[in-house]
Amino acid sequence: MSGELRPVDARVRALESILVEKGYVDPAALDEIIETYQHRVGPRNGAHVVARSWTDPDFAARLADDATAAVAELGYGGRGGEHLAAVFNSPREHHLVVCTLCSCYPWPVLGLPPVWYKSPAYRSRAVLDPRGVLADFGTVLDDDVAIRVHDSTSELRYLVVPQRPAGTDGWSADELAAIVSRDAMIGTRLVSA
Amino acid sequence: MNGAHDLGGAMGFGPVEPEPEDVRFHAGWEPLVLALTLAAARPGGWSIDESRHARESLPPPVYLTLTYYEIWLAATEELLVTHGLVGADELDAGRSLRPRADAPAALDADAAARVLATGAPTERDGTGPPRFAPGDRVRARVMHPRGHTRLPRYVRGRCGTVETHRGTHVLPDARAHGHGECPEPLYTVVFTGPELWGPDADPTTTVSVDAWESYLETA
Repeated sequence: MSGELRPVDARVRALESILVEKGYVDPAALDEIIETYQHRVGPRNGAHVVARSWTDPDFAARLADDATAAVAELGYGGRGGEHLAAVFNSPREHHLVVCTLCSCYPWPVLGLPPVWYKSPAYRSRAVLDPRGVLADFGTVLDDDVAIRVHDSTSELRYLVVPQRPAGTDGWSADELAAIVSRDAMIGTRLVSA
Repeated sequence: MNGAHDLGGAMGFGPVEPEPEDVRFHAGWEPLVLALTLAAARPGGWSIDESRHARESLPPPVYLTLTYYEIWLAATEELLVTHGLVGADELDAGRSLRPRADAPAALDADAAARVLATGAPTERDGTGPPRFAPGDRVRARVMHPRGHTRLPRYVRGRCGTVETHRGTHVLPDARAHGHGECPEPLYTVVFTGPELWGPDADPTTTVSVDAWESYLETA
């Protein structure tokens, strides 16, 4: 590959210069893309979805039936989440999402995937030894809880709806959203109050 | 293709290292690679499948030693060169050496926002009844295509149960190579741990993949 001996930072700047100079990319569009994923689209969107599903059974039913449409009700959708599925943890079954082939991930509700989600360590082992992967996050499930691993493609991307923890009766949706972590919506952690 | 990207079931990569969720990038150039890659697809005209295939076609020792956004950078450079938008000599020089090629106009900021907000849905109208129904037993075909595919190696030849028909979607295997969309029914197929990994596997674990119809045969 050309330029491989140059530091990557210089290579990226050079590529930017070439593409801007030739008029293939508009710097304002680059700023828009970066701003979107630095600041606007991230896991707080997903936490909003989860909290809503915990507090509104009708919404939870719609989320289970057609996650793309339900999430769109809250204003979320678009690139990397054109077709979404929500899977619900229960006392008997725990869901874990991976993309063994690349890094497919529900961008509109979780933002860009973390490095570990894209890492060979996670992608290789999540399907073979999911309990071992959970242990890396300090997450321990009872032996009788079934684990369902979803090896995701780009076309259908999964959001895990964690179990609502005990001791949160009467909490507002905002209070609930604050305890829903990104990792819980991938399935590597549980939510605690 | 059986590239280094097909990682399911591989061993030796060590533990997973969690990180705080407010970490978005790990170097100042990473967001720029993200943005350049997304923006360049407009003049370049390539699909997400073609760009993914470019990443996965990196030689295995390269793929496994580059960071994620370095992989994106290498694939974006490769696509720009193979599509004739940028010369390898220009990448080497670090500057433009000739006028732009004939290509669609760049995204402006508003268009970029619209593209991100709408994405590129892959669902298409079905052309006939799906071959499989929930509950059907199927086998993932044994196949080793030289080109792009989304059927992971670890399920090939293994038997599972169709759980859901997910509608009809563009076939990445075709679109990655410019062969059109060739939409096919997409199914969620569930495999037990022991079916995939043998008798020592955790029997409480199941793994599902979303498989296009041509990846499957009746078991």
